[in-house]
Amino acid sequence: MTTDTNPILRMRGITKTFPGVMALQDVTMTVAAGEVHAVCGENGAGKSTLMKVLSGVYPHGSYSGDIVFEGQPCQFRTIRDSEERGIVIIHQELALSPYLSIAENIFLGNERASRGVINWTQTNKQAAALLARVGLDEQPDTKVMDLGVGKQQLVEIAKALSKRVKLLILDEPTAALNDEDSAHLLDLIRQLQQQGITSIIISHKLNEIAAIADTTTVLRDGRSIETLEMNGPEPVTEDRIIRGMVGRDLAHRFPGHTPTIGAEILRVEGWTVHHPIDRHRTVVDNAALSVRAGEIVGLAGLMGAGRTELAMSIFGHSYGSSISGQLYLHGNPVTIKSVDVAIAHGIAYATEDRKHYGLNLIEDIKRNTTAAKLQRIARFGVVDTAQEITTADRYRREMRTKAESVDVPVGKLSGGNQQKVVLSKWLFAEPEVLILDEPTRGIDVGAKYEIYEIVNRLADTGKAILVISSELPELLGICDRIYAMSQGRITGEIPRAEATQEGLMRLMTMDKSGAVR
Amino acid sequence: MSASTTVEQQQPPAKKPSGNGSGSLSGYLGQNLRQYGMVAALVIIVVLFQILTDGKLLYPNNIAALIQQNAYVLILAIGMVMVIVAGHIDLSVGSVVAFIGGICALLISDHNVPWLLAVIVSVLIGGIVGCWQGFWIAYVGIPAFIVTLGGMLLFRGLAIVLVGTTVAGLPAGFNNISNGSLPSALGFLADLDGLTLLIGVIAIAGLAVAQIRARRSLLRNDLRTEPFAAFAGKLAVSAVAIGYITYLLAKSAGGTPVVLIIVGVLVLLYTFIMNNTVFGRHIYALGGNLPAAVLSGVKTKRVNFMIFVNMGLLAGVAAVVTTSRAGAAVAAAGNNFELDAIAAAFIGGTAVSGGIGKVTGAIIGAFIMGVLNMGLSIMNVDPSWQMAVKGLVLIAAVAFDILNKRRAK
Repeated sequence: MTTDTNPILRMRGITKTFPGVMALQDVTMTVAAGEVHAVCGENGAGKSTLMKVLSGVYPHGSYSGDIVFEGQPCQFRTIRDSEERGIVIIHQELALSPYLSIAENIFLGNERASRGVINWTQTNKQAAALLARVGLDEQPDTKVMDLGVGKQQLVEIAKALSKRVKLLILDEPTAALNDEDSAHLLDLIRQLQQQGITSIIISHKLNEIAAIADTTTVLRDGRSIETLEMNGPEPVTEDRIIRGMVGRDLAHRFPGHTPTIGAEILRVEGWTVHHPIDRHRTVVDNAALSVRAGEIVGLAGLMGAGRTELAMSIFGHSYGSSISGQLYLHGNPVTIKSVDVAIAHGIAYATEDRKHYGLNLIEDIKRNTTAAKLQRIARFGVVDTAQEITTADRYRREMRTKAESVDVPVGKLSGGNQQKVVLSKWLFAEPEVLILDEPTRGIDVGAKYEIYEIVNRLADTGKAILVISSELPELLGICDRIYAMSQGRITGEIPRAEATQEGLMRLMTMDKSGAVR
Repeated sequence: MSASTTVEQQQPPAKKPSGNGSGSLSGYLGQNLRQYGMVAALVIIVVLFQILTDGKLLYPNNIAALIQQNAYVLILAIGMVMVIVAGHIDLSVGSVVAFIGGICALLISDHNVPWLLAVIVSVLIGGIVGCWQGFWIAYVGIPAFIVTLGGMLLFRGLAIVLVGTTVAGLPAGFNNISNGSLPSALGFLADLDGLTLLIGVIAIAGLAVAQIRARRSLLRNDLRTEPFAAFAGKLAVSAVAIGYITYLLAKSAGGTPVVLIIVGVLVLLYTFIMNNTVFGRHIYALGGNLPAAVLSGVKTKRVNFMIFVNMGLLAGVAAVVTTSRAGAAVAAAGNNFELDAIAAAFIGGTAVSGGIGKVTGAIIGAFIMGVLNMGLSIMNVDPSWQMAVKGLVLIAAVAFDILNKRRAK
């Protein structure tokens, strides 16, 4: 089952750009027939983009470079094209229709039918055979909504098998699974390997990769950095993979800052949050953290670690169910169960997804600026529009938001300027605690520097700042102290002076069992 | 930057010699195509029917009748804009009008309640109806489409139970609301009603003062303003239009219709509510991006509840106006009123997806439909064809909106 020299897939010189961003740059990857090939990298390193190029989500022509599959060049225009060749991708968010049965889902778009009439006997019979192959003991007519996430994952794989898959791509397959389901899934991948199916697996769980992969390709900042033979003469450790993932120079991309740290403002103890729908799933597990006045505290973690969920649940329970634990502001216990109460207590949360959760894109700058605390410029429910204009304009100048005036709809601004409006909005709400979730996501380097300067300035005015970021250099560059999270737990706390990317990555990929408590 | 220079410090913005952003006139018109397109459509339709009816459309008495006949749509459209901006719909208003109209007439004729008190009670009952629907929509979370579809059946049924077929014999004072005019308290100037002329002058002066003050405030704060030519032109055209309508009304048999005052006050009040109050802003906020509004601390349930209470109050006003116009409560009253109000809002530029819409737009939309109705009636076109034409206009208006947006992208 080891790699022979006969590649099933060769991707060469793949370059993919989005407006203003180079997502992939000259990426090369070779997958041998019959192997399990892992792809590793930080958030935003380009893993998912590369898989979307491979599976035809990004059609031929929207990227440059060659893809050769089984010796034939590929020019996929749609996912259907790649599936016809036997390449099937299973996304992190499962694409099953919850109200349909297992069998209907397996053959969705590929129905067992003649002249448009479904043959239910064949549908269920063939589905049952596929379910046996993936080791799922369920009836084909069971509704998918009645299955747990682990079993749904198996249905996805059965669906892939129904398409005569040769190359199976799994994007973070175990991220939402418990240990037992994860182990079963990894077993299944090995079994499929013995049946001659090649797999590409994207995962943040390095221990799983070390256990299952034959070869690992490491991506960083949109480039392929190295290819590691996992079963070579020297065993590849998790640390070895981490070095490839983070090895990046820290040039002068961050403004210097000497903090003036005061008394503790926010403290969280024993904070546990469950998934809003799947109430048995723990998303944040017994977390504790504190932030002091004038301090910039980082929260590091990979996708699915629970950082955003932790922040939003602190912000007036705006995420999650059955939340337990205690919040303290200035050492006094407080109960904050809605967003307006959180804002009244001086907590602000600037979202990672400003387009969907942060801004009303069809409204102008001034109305977005005042949205979180409109009563500040209103008397008896009537807004002082003149004051609104002057106030919003003051923030625009302070933040150096590039816009003709505060009348411009925020949908027309660039990402960096939109982010400045988000910051204006939350500063207008006069917070003591400012939680910034991915404050520089999707904005260019120059604007990033400006955002860092603003964050430093805010810390100097005595605000307590919690920064969530997937970019480790950013956290190391601007934070005074960094917490790392993994699988819902806070796995460590490191002062700036002692923090390194490797050290943080180790904590961020730490398994539940080894979590620091 | 030192710690003392914080964003909390008051710094008056530096003044520049001229307001920036006053782009070219053509560019400005291009950007505001939708807004002007609506007004232009109304003007074109008026001119078209003026020609087609040999000048009968703008007979003074027809103008008064246009307002009196369409007062109900104007009133309902105001509430409907707010409902649709928030991302909902209200299918029940026609039935609610019949139900409350029935209560109002019964209070007056069977229970000898003074008609003014009956009017007040009717509006309040509208608010209670709104509480009922708002509760299910905002706090239980049933889609407004379902709740108000239920309300449409429920209140129509109750109206038939209450009214039977007709409750007539209402006092002259009550009937005067929708059929009468303000008394000619100031006598006549030639053959023109003095009070109507005064109201017209006040309206023009008020509009001019408000517009000039708003523009000054923008210039003072160095904000984007429309080009002066557009500003002055718009103001002049509005003044001439108001002046001409004033002239026609002053020449009409009665002078200023009472309902015009009611509608005028409501339009001003709700324009203010939508633009200048926290409540109005929150409606736009939750219609434009619901998750962002929730994360901004907007109490969305309460806002949604209040939107339907408000719609109920306005349905109460519309019920009074409708009953007064007919001089009787009829079980079948208010049929299709909800569709008229929804169509007015959409023709007036309200976005189907929510977040965008203006009270003044819906008023223009209502007038577009009102003029179509009246013009086609004068031409003796069959009411079935009138309905068909209105349907086409609705589709054309929204199609124009969507194509215009696509072009802008």
